[in-house]
Amino acid sequence: MATYSQELRERKRRDTDAVLGWLARNAVHIVLLIISLLCLIPLLLIISASFTDEIALTRNGYTLIPSEFSTQAYATIFRNPTVIIGAYAITIFVTVVGTTIGVFMMSMLAYALSRPDFVLRKPLSFLVFFTMLFNGGIVPYYVLMTQYLRLQDSVAALIMPYLVVAFYVLILRTYFATIPTDLIDAARVDGAGEFRIFLSIALPLAKPAIATIALFTALNYWNDWTTALYFIRDPHLFPLQYLLYIVQSNIEAMQLQSAVGNISTGPVPTQSARMAMAVLATGPAAIFFLFFQRYLVRGVTLGAFK
Amino acid sequence: MMDIPLNTDSTPPVTLPTPQRRSRLAFTRSDRFRRNATWLLMASPALIWIIIFKYVTLFGTWIAFTDYKVRRGIFGSDFVGLDNFRFLFATDTALRATRNTILLNVLFISAGVVFALIVAWMLFEVYSSRRTRFYQTMMLLPRFISWVVVSYFVFGLLATDNGLINTALRNAGLQPVGWYATPGYWPLILMVVSLWAGVGIASLIYLSGMLAIDPQLFDAARVDGANRWQQFRNVTFPAILPLVIINLLLSMAYIMNADFGLFYQVTRNQAVLYPTTDVLDTFIYRSLIVTKDVSMAAAAQFYQSIIGFGLVITFNWIVRRIERADEPLSLF
Repeated sequence: MATYSQELRERKRRDTDAVLGWLARNAVHIVLLIISLLCLIPLLLIISASFTDEIALTRNGYTLIPSEFSTQAYATIFRNPTVIIGAYAITIFVTVVGTTIGVFMMSMLAYALSRPDFVLRKPLSFLVFFTMLFNGGIVPYYVLMTQYLRLQDSVAALIMPYLVVAFYVLILRTYFATIPTDLIDAARVDGAGEFRIFLSIALPLAKPAIATIALFTALNYWNDWTTALYFIRDPHLFPLQYLLYIVQSNIEAMQLQSAVGNISTGPVPTQSARMAMAVLATGPAAIFFLFFQRYLVRGVTLGAFK
Repeated sequence: MMDIPLNTDSTPPVTLPTPQRRSRLAFTRSDRFRRNATWLLMASPALIWIIIFKYVTLFGTWIAFTDYKVRRGIFGSDFVGLDNFRFLFATDTALRATRNTILLNVLFISAGVVFALIVAWMLFEVYSSRRTRFYQTMMLLPRFISWVVVSYFVFGLLATDNGLINTALRNAGLQPVGWYATPGYWPLILMVVSLWAGVGIASLIYLSGMLAIDPQLFDAARVDGANRWQQFRNVTFPAILPLVIINLLLSMAYIMNADFGLFYQVTRNQAVLYPTTDVLDTFIYRSLIVTKDVSMAAAAQFYQSIIGFGLVITFNWIVRRIERADEPLSLF
């Protein structure tokens, strides 16, 4: 039984805790706010540089607020927009087509593997899973794509790599496996075929998981530049991110050349123009992010990240 | 709002397949056959992709043992035994790349776990759905940015002439630093970039683990007079320790694989920085595309893959030994 003095001591402790707790909570909020801003600042830096006057950028350096506001960089890009529009078209096409086909292929495989009555369930699951353990890597893939399939310099080369991701298949399979058999049986009694059941029952029920996988797949395509680095030499097929990379590395090469041989380099996209291109390339993904963030969060709970 | 399971039960945040029983309906043999055929047909597009790109390519590892000539194909090229491997390890480059891959991965993994745990704990202690959601949105943002754009703003920070950091150094009357010419700084720079890119997701994983802890445990600890730190040490940390260990072990299993984008783009592929930034993946890229020595690239690739395979098997075995039967966490 608590005596009066014990209770008094307890209450006093609680009061101190309340004050300390309030201080600590706010300190934690401030630290979290700083970390959050640190995640945002790099983007602000690029956006600010893209709106900075080129001469001011060279003189004052990169700043978080444009030292001299100018929309010159965007005007430069849109004066001759064919290159960036072409890259946009390639990236959008590859992202839409790749995500649609890939998610459909992965869902069909995952659904089949989730059926307890499927006789090949175990061996085929292992076939999918083993690819996560042992991977031939880029070299055999490169040789297959270029020497045997001859897919270099084609849109197909850009679509191919992320169509099927074993890890995503396993996540989808886990999700499909939670659909009650009774529900599927009911559809069977009503005379629906297996493919029909997949389309009109399994897919709608697995929508959260499918949306998450679709988001990841779309991101893989949108942010992909490595595939082009290996397989694309034709400038008409450059995706957006690779174009960004090429522009930057070309400038470095030109700077090197002009430093060595004093060669006239002609019109070169200015620093601010490059930053404007980076903003244009990231913008859609960032807006996408704000809308579909919850699927990313759900992806975490589904174990979609290693 | 939040999609994280709120703290109602003590199950771990790892989703497991709820085993479904087989169908209750009676089927004839031809029914069963037709259904299995449909499933196989549905599975086949993805299966064909997997077989071509993941299994047929395995024959390509043979290149590592040949003097590969494009015109003669994989099996037409001369067999040279282990010569490619002998060349590979004749110079320091492959060993340096291996050392960099392993050491930098260990650095990123350990720093990443500590940082993510701290952030997750802070998020957990001040949990309120609106503000937590704001922090999460911000911290997940880097996941949506390609490495090319990351390299753009790292350049904005570190550029020798007009980068933000050198400008600040100059304004403070200090000597600017030639970041892109000094290999010594790069393990740290790359670590910061990798923390920046990964903290959102990693802390979210740990946060959802913390939110799954039975709140009664905290009540009990409070009644016993435990302060916040003691609660963390005695309740929160032990509860998510399995999750932490599993994550650590699984990342260790992939320690031979470096993030190509981080090492290629963020360093701008500067040869001066190779002593501390050249990893197996960038080395393989250079052998394959720049010097076009396919056999050498294949040898390095095979070496990376086979050690990686051994590590995955080993670490998975360890995870299996420590996991509990009711919450399997290993890969297989």
